[in-house]
Amino acid sequence: MASSHQEILRTELRWGAVMGVLVAGILGLIIYAALALHISPPSNVERIDPKTLQLSDEFTEQNLGTQVSGDGRVTARIVATQYAFLPPCVAVPLNRPITLRFASPDVIHGLLIAGTNVNTMVVPGYVSQVHATFTQPGETPMPCHEFCGLGHSAMLGRVQVLPADQFKPDAQGRVACAKH
Amino acid sequence: MRSIDDIDRRTAPLVLAHLWLAVVAFAAAAVLGGWQMWARSPLPAPFSTPHNYFLSVTLHGTVMAYVLPTFFIMGFGYFVAVTALERPLPARWAAWIGFGMGVVGVVLAAVPVLMGRASVLYTFYPPLSVAASYYIGIILVVVGSWIWSALMILAMTAWKRENRGEAVPLVMFATVANVMLWLWTTVGMGCELLFQVIPGALGWTETVDVGLSRTLFSWTLHAIVYFWLLPAYIAFYTLAPRAAGGRLYSDTMGRIAFILFLLYSLPVGIHHLFMDPEHGTGFKFLQTVLTSLVTIPTLMTVFTISASLEIAGRLRGGHGPFGWLWTLPWDRPMVLATGLSFVMLWFGGLGGIVNMSYGMNAMIHNTSWVTAHFHLIFGGTTVIMYFAIAYEIWPTLTGRAVQSARAMNMQLWLWFIGMMVTTLPWHWLGLQGQWRRVAEFNYADPIVAAWAPYVIVSVIGGLVLVVSALMFVWNLFKLQRGEVSVAAPMSYAVAVYPPGRVPGMLNGFTSWNVAVLVLMLVAYGYPIAQFFIEPAPQAIVQRIR
Repeated sequence: MASSHQEILRTELRWGAVMGVLVAGILGLIIYAALALHISPPSNVERIDPKTLQLSDEFTEQNLGTQVSGDGRVTARIVATQYAFLPPCVAVPLNRPITLRFASPDVIHGLLIAGTNVNTMVVPGYVSQVHATFTQPGETPMPCHEFCGLGHSAMLGRVQVLPADQFKPDAQGRVACAKH
Repeated sequence: MRSIDDIDRRTAPLVLAHLWLAVVAFAAAAVLGGWQMWARSPLPAPFSTPHNYFLSVTLHGTVMAYVLPTFFIMGFGYFVAVTALERPLPARWAAWIGFGMGVVGVVLAAVPVLMGRASVLYTFYPPLSVAASYYIGIILVVVGSWIWSALMILAMTAWKRENRGEAVPLVMFATVANVMLWLWTTVGMGCELLFQVIPGALGWTETVDVGLSRTLFSWTLHAIVYFWLLPAYIAFYTLAPRAAGGRLYSDTMGRIAFILFLLYSLPVGIHHLFMDPEHGTGFKFLQTVLTSLVTIPTLMTVFTISASLEIAGRLRGGHGPFGWLWTLPWDRPMVLATGLSFVMLWFGGLGGIVNMSYGMNAMIHNTSWVTAHFHLIFGGTTVIMYFAIAYEIWPTLTGRAVQSARAMNMQLWLWFIGMMVTTLPWHWLGLQGQWRRVAEFNYADPIVAAWAPYVIVSVIGGLVLVVSALMFVWNLFKLQRGEVSVAAPMSYAVAVYPPGRVPGMLNGFTSWNVAVLVLMLVAYGYPIAQFFIEPAPQAIVQRIR
């Protein structure tokens, strides 16, 4: 207890160095993950009018679901609405990059797909976009994880991860979930 | 050192009114929390419908977020102002007006919630819209707390005028730091409610800019947690070292820690919006960096308080690098609570670092991991110190003596055990992808069925928490009806080197408020301005009636 002012200051400065190393280490890892591993949160600030969402080009009913474009890129367009995802089941290819695009015509929703990096809010007024590659075949739940009204608990979509031999686009390039 | 009665006989009822309201509301909300866990578990629960569940979550959240901490902190603040500054509270009548506004606000908000007509949790979620009196009630609680804020600032400036050049006692300096933090904090949610949510609820507007409302709420959402947390830190610095029989290692470090909390709890709220589409990566990354800096005052505090307790342990005959831990008086509630709080702080803090880690947030956003994190940091680390503070100041407030600390220590242990048993499985479930805010899970699904054992363990933890919460009320009730004693004097920890004079910057907040303003302009200036530069398409207000 016979610490002098100098001793107290010395121990505090030593701890200060430890804190500095800790914070710098954490930040370093985050920067490494963001820049080298390309792990960033979904952040395309892309606006869309929720009031006319289903009349717009991209999110009209016949345009929803998974589509393979001429150059082979795969995109799924999904509407999150009270209390369902449209389409309720999304077909995605195994081990092949896909872009998921979500929009809401009514209130705030959100979703996650466990075991993947897919996790985003769906805010009316914006398109939420996530890039993902699914590496586990089979069916997995895609629940709404944000309170969207009394029916929120029932808002549960599905994702079917299909191997290449089952991921067969039709003439328009569309892929739907396999029937059980 | 004088008792509260010598200084200001009529402040004690004011403090007790605030604290009892907080305590009773807390116990009721804890019971609801226990029921909510039961309703989501595979065990059959009574009354379990989505309507009841979301009503309950709204009540639980509103009480735990806006009623318990606000009234507790106000009451404790009045107590500190009188006992630490040793002068009567200025304008006590205004304090009662603030309390009255708070009570009216609580009733206005509670009525629609209890009728099941305000089930928007406590985070509002516009464009969902419910009875306006729910939001107006919350605004009234906040306005009542602004009166408290003004009185705290008034008390400190009056003391400084009478004691020119002297250091404001650390406990009051920290309390006013929390006042400043609170005033800044309320701006975001206040603007959201006044300019967006309430006009929508009253039918004056038909659409709402949801991106803006989420951004304004995020302004409040992180800083408010530090407003709740700071009384725990105040107890660490100014009550625990004395209760342990030691000295505060450094008064200056305490001042710097509270200033850093004021600076770095505010410009960080966008880390709650990492998974949102209305903000770009730039500001998300900037606020990640700023959030990482808020670990510094916590790491400083862990160091200073450990050193202070080490002094106490060594004075009591402890030897060796860790021997002093065993000689500490763990039978004293304040010391025990501080130890248990630190354990929960490590777990909760490490979980929080994952949350703020930018891209890594995608792993756990809106899963039970987050619920676990904030229950551990607020419900655990913070609320266990509220218990200890109440036990510490009740004898002074009521002039009754503590007969035995055993029931108090048992209550604190139960709270700690209950919180750990509840939140450790939640962390695990969150990593498994268990999502938030649902009234029930379908345990027939094999993925969900695998969670069942963890969910049941957490329900048992919840039951322990409910028992502990009720025991807390009972302990205070018994204390209040205990034997009359000579009013216990209130004293705060003395530093190893008590400050005589301190630099002006460590004795007031003017320059720090300017610094907060600059930080907020940098961190939130463009993220808010973007909604006005290029207005986003609005969503239609959806009134639930």
